[in-house]
Parts: sequence; structure tokens; C-alpha cells
Amino acid sequence: MRRVYMDNSATTPVRQEVIEAMSECMKDDFGNPSSLHWFGRQARRRMETAREQVAGLIGAEPEEIVFTSGGTEADNMVMKGVTQQLRHKGRHVITSSVEHHAILHTGEYLEKNGFDVTYLAVDEHGRVDPDHLRHAIGPQTTLVSIMLANNEVGTIQPIEELAAICRENGVLFHTDAVQGVGQLDVDVETLGVDFLSLSGHKLYGPKGVGALYVRRNRRFQPLFHGGGHERRRRAGTENIPGIVGLGLACQLSHEELPERREKLVAMRDGLIAGLIERVEDVQLNGHPSERLPNNCNLSFNYVEGEAMLLNLDLQGIAVASGSACTSGSIEPSHVLLAMGVSRELAQGSLRLSLGSFNCTEDVDYVLETLPPIVDKLRQMSPLYHGKE
Amino acid sequence: MYTEKVMEYFTKQENVGEIPDADGEGTITSPTCGDLMKVTIRVKDDVIEDVKVKTFGCGAAIASAAMLTELVKGMPLSEAMSVTNMDVAEALGGLPSQKLHCSNLAADALQEAIADYKERNGNEATGQRGKRKEVPCQLEEAKGK
Ligand SMILES: Cc1ncc(COP(=O)(O)O)c(C=O)c1O
Ligand code: FES
Repeated sequence: MRRVYMDNSATTPVRQEVIEAMSECMKDDFGNPSSLHWFGRQARRRMETAREQVAGLIGAEPEEIVFTSGGTEADNMVMKGVTQQLRHKGRHVITSSVEHHAILHTGEYLEKNGFDVTYLAVDEHGRVDPDHLRHAIGPQTTLVSIMLANNEVGTIQPIEELAAICRENGVLFHTDAVQGVGQLDVDVETLGVDFLSLSGHKLYGPKGVGALYVRRNRRFQPLFHGGGHERRRRAGTENIPGIVGLGLACQLSHEELPERREKLVAMRDGLIAGLIERVEDVQLNGHPSERLPNNCNLSFNYVEGEAMLLNLDLQGIAVASGSACTSGSIEPSHVLLAMGVSRELAQGSLRLSLGSFNCTEDVDYVLETLPPIVDKLRQMSPLYHGKE
Repeated sequence: MYTEKVMEYFTKQENVGEIPDADGEGTITSPTCGDLMKVTIRVKDDVIEDVKVKTFGCGAAIASAAMLTELVKGMPLSEAMSVTNMDVAEALGGLPSQKLHCSNLAADALQEAIADYKERNGNEATGQRGKRKEVPCQLEEAKGK
């Protein structure tokens, strides 16, 4: 059976070059980078090369990169560490209602621990209004965290503008750029951010490794206490093979970005236009133009997302859905609901996220396979009464 | 997360649809997730001669619907009235705990259809309707749906 992987926002396949570099590293450079001997120095050299590669992709200095176990840890590090560091100055944090759970649930944790958290609303396309942010900032505000691009609907936020507002008000700004890095031009100077999270497994690197960009002289309380690793910001012997893999994945992304983006946009637009043309009663979720090059999120009226997902899986196509049924909870996607999408349409949402391993034939296969599935499920649906 | 049996029944199409001029019909909206199922039955000599289902719901709901129709087709009404969601879930080889409410949908819609049949024929409904344990509603919006 033909297998088509279109769930690259969940995780990407790993590049062959990355796999090779990582296994080579495990074989040859197994030393502890904190050791003074040759083996340790060898491992440290590999780690510092990776730090340069990560910094290079986002326009940062190598000293501004802290390696983490992924996007979740980087998000937690900022949310907990910065608020803790500045708790004497104020106890108010601002974020948005469409963030990843790594931010949202950390916000809820902070609320239980004596902080106030404001969750900014978004418009129907999933964007934060900079004026809302301006009004939400008060004398108690110490940190604002708004994602660069949304993992479900792909909407890109006006980060430059939001960060500038924070700078004017003397408030620190973090962006969760896990979905954007590797697909968009991300430059920490242009964006004007103080902190930025990224993750290896969304850019053809390994899982369980990521990084936090920390602008020079920005301080935070560490999550982990122990050795003096990562300039005392993250204790624990570094995951050298993972870091080497992340570094190479960043370098490849840097080199290939314009070409990769062009290819993704072409496939994405073909997918969206093709599905809207072939299926009636479909709506595109997210922003029409300010969206990730790889994201196609559609709601199909009268049918339920998990049923579509399982039918597609039976035909070899892997996608995701924002329906309650797939999230393991009873609530459909918080992102779609925050955008004002009805519960029914949220139940019928499907996310197809492309990657650089996809090709036009994959898109054609989906265009061929999905419409009959929607049709079959509509015939089964008590909500559908056909076209008069 | 689903058993092979669930996936097998998920793809069964035999009893999908609606019986025209059915003798009884029942539509149930899940108080838990807002999904929806409609069961129609044809009854002859107090036996369920035919049963069809339409589902707006997840994989577990669709599989439960298919399993339910197989279980009760040809069954005397008196017996069908005691079919519960656990019978459906067990016949499917078990469902993940957060998906048990989906099998409720199938059993409840059937009981609703039987009750409808009995009402149309001047009988008191004495089946499981009203006896089942309610899964408390956690969503205000779902109630109103
Ligand atoms: C926007 C966003 N933030 C954070 C994360 C978490 O990253 P990780 O899986 O590396 O912990 C993800 C990935 O699921 C994501 O999409
Ligand atoms: S029927 Fe709604 S989650 Fe299964």
C-alpha cells in the first residue's frame, strides 16, 4: 500500500545525514563534554559546533543558545524561570488562548502559584491584536509569550509588532517558534524577541532535543539544579548525539530554507485548492495568507474528524484532527474554539501538514482518496441531508 | 488504541443508513462529546427484522453502531430491550475508557427506537430507557446541542 505521511507538524521524519552524524557521534565521541581529557574535549567540540549551527539558523550568538530536551522544556524554562526571577517586580504574565499546551498548562500552573495570567483572545483567523496586548500590559507584567506560528492552524502572529510593544513597556518577550523554525525566516534581531523556543523533531532532527534562545543578559531561574552545565542555566550532562543531530538539522534547514519553503507552499496551495474544489461544504481554518508553508487545516461539515482520520489511515494516509475524539479529551481543539469555529465544525476538522519528504504525487493521492471518504461518511451522517 | 475488532466493525457498511417508513426510530446526542446517532428499526411479530444506523461520531461510535446492528438483528424485542452499552463494548473486544460513552450512543439510540415503536403501538416502554446510568454532562454547550 502507498504510505503518505502528512502529519509533519506532529513530528518530521529524520534526515539521513542527521541519522549518520548521530550514530557516528555515539560511536566515536562518547565522552562527557565536562571532562578535561581528549575524549571530553572531542565531545565538547561537537557540541559547540552544533551550538553555532543552531545560532546561525536564527541569527543569534552561540552563547545565547541553551540546549534543552525539546520545545516543552524550553517553554517551561521561560514561563517558570523568568516569572520566578522577576517575581519581586510583578506577578502578571500575558499569553494567548491559542498557544501549545506547553505554554497554556504552564500558565495554569503559574495561576495556582499566585500569578495572574491573561490569555489574549484571537480573531477568526487565529491572530492576536497588538492593541489588545498594549492594553493588557500593566505595571505588574513581567513576561509576554506569544507563539510564532500555530501548530494546528498554521497562523503566523505579528511577532515583530508584539515584541516592539513589550520593549517599549520594559516587558520581556518570548516566542514559541517550534513550528516556525525551519520553515520561515526566523531572525531574533529582526523579530526583537528576548527568548525563543525551538525543537529538533519538527525540522527533520531527533526527538527529545531542542533549544532556548536567551538574549544576552536576560536572566531566569533554572528549572534543574545540579552541575554547572550550559552556563549554569540547565544542569545535566548534555545529550551530545541529540545536540549534534539538532545542529546538523538546523544547518541543513538554513541552507535549504528558500527552496524548501517554495516547494511546501506549492504543495500546500495545491492541496487546499484541490480539496475545496472537490468537496462541498468545506472551510479553511486559519489565516488565508499568514500561514505556515506546510499547513492545511480544513473543516468538513457533517462529518467527524476521527472517522476521516481512521479511514485515511486504512488507505495509508497519516493526518491529524482537532476533534475531541482524537485528542483523548472530550473537548474539541481549543484553538479552533478560540477562533470562534463552531463545535460541530471543530469536530470535523482535519490537519494535513506537509514536509520536505512529500511530493506532488502524495498530494494527488490525497486529492483522490479523501473526497470519497468524506462522501461515504456524509452518507452515514444523520446531520447530512444531501443537496436538493 | 483500538482493537482489531473495532477497526473491522468500523469499516462495515451493511447496516448503515435509514429504513424508510421505519416502525421505530431513535436519535441520541451524546452529552459527553456532542456526537449523534440515529437508529431505525423494522419490527415484525415482536422481532427486530431490520435495523439501520446513521452516525456522526468517532471510530468507536461507528464501530459500536455496526456491532449493535449485528447483535440485535433478528432478536425478539423483549431481549433487545436489555441490550446495554457494555454488551456492545464487550462484543467489540473492549473500548478505551474514554471511548465507552461512544457505545452508550448506540445502546441508547436503540432503546429510544424500541420505545418509539412501543409508543406508536400503544405499549408502555419497559426497556432500559430511563434505567441507564447517566454519564454526567461536562459541557454546557453539548447539552444545548
Ligand atoms: C508550538 C509547539 N510548542 C511546543 C511543542 C512541544 O515540543 P516538544 O515536542 O519538543 O516538547 C510543540 C510540539 O508538539 C509545538 O507544536
Ligand atoms: S462518539 Fe463522540 S467521541 Fe466517540
